Amino acid sequence: MEVNEVFDKVKSLFEEELGIDSEKITMDAKLEEDLEIDSLGIVEVVMAFEDEFEIEIDDEELTDVGTVGQAVNLLHSKL
Amino acid sequence: MKTVFVTGASRGIGKSIALELGKDYQVIVGFSNSKDKADEVAEEIKKLGGESLAVQLNIADRNSVDEAFNLIEKTYKQVDILINNAGITKDNILPRMKDDEWNDVIQTNLTGNFYTSQRAIKKMIKNKWGRLIFISSVVGISGNQGQANYAASKAGLIGLSKSISKEVGSRNITSNVIAPGYIETDMTSFIDDENRENIIEQLSIKRMGMPEDIANMVSFLCKDESEYITGQVIPIDGGLTT
Repeated sequence: MEVNEVFDKVKSLFEEELGIDSEKITMDAKLEEDLEIDSLGIVEVVMAFEDEFEIEIDDEELTDVGTVGQAVNLLHSKL
Repeated sequence: MKTVFVTGASRGIGKSIALELGKDYQVIVGFSNSKDKADEVAEEIKKLGGESLAVQLNIADRNSVDEAFNLIEKTYKQVDILINNAGITKDNILPRMKDDEWNDVIQTNLTGNFYTSQRAIKKMIKNKWGRLIFISSVVGISGNQGQANYAASKAGLIGLSKSISKEVGSRNITSNVIAPGYIETDMTSFIDDENRENIIEQLSIKRMGMPEDIANMVSFLCKDESEYITGQVIPIDGGLTT
């Protein structure tokens, strides 16, 4: 799967699971500051990622993930 | 129909809760050793037109908890309501209390409920609805001689539940503790007639509690109508702790 395809899926999951305005969701958008996702929200999207991409994500892998782009790259590397 | 998981539901308070909730929900009857009794509870729910399944687990063992949830989620998607009821006693006065007596009671009554709650809460967060109810004890509020381990474990549930209530309130999940007083169950059957009279003397309502007294409150806390009640400790004890 190409990076831009992963981004599209991530974008639609953010919209569906957390009701985030799609215009705000860019590769540079910061999860906490720009998209206002709280720690429980992160748990929700991680579970959604795991279901959608059929992968498992450890908490340790998330420590360096602060933006949408970093999340997309993590997912892309696991596919 | 929502799915309820009641741990320790083969007898006593847990059984009564399972039977009461069987009227409105799919009920998972959790048990550790008493398979026959748990099956009877599930059968009784089915006889009354409900849906039920008995599932074996040892809540003190995380793997066992995971296996039980995997089994439940295969059939019922998710646990919407978790009733953390299972518990044990290993009474002794403090100077004589063995490490095993302390550790076993804390592991089952407190850590075991951490395992079940952690496992259930993820699906509740995703679903943006859930109910956690912990069956503690008035002993967790007042203490009791010979029960330092049990009282500590039951008091620990209060901190656990209150913290959970703050973490997940934004997702329409409530967490509450019920603190039963003297309830007629196997756990209180050792009390002799003279002591029983002394106990009743202290109560405002002049009788021992019945498991149904607990089940009725649990039933209310499961409902949407209870959504503004969270992080609370509700003693049901005939006025003992008043």
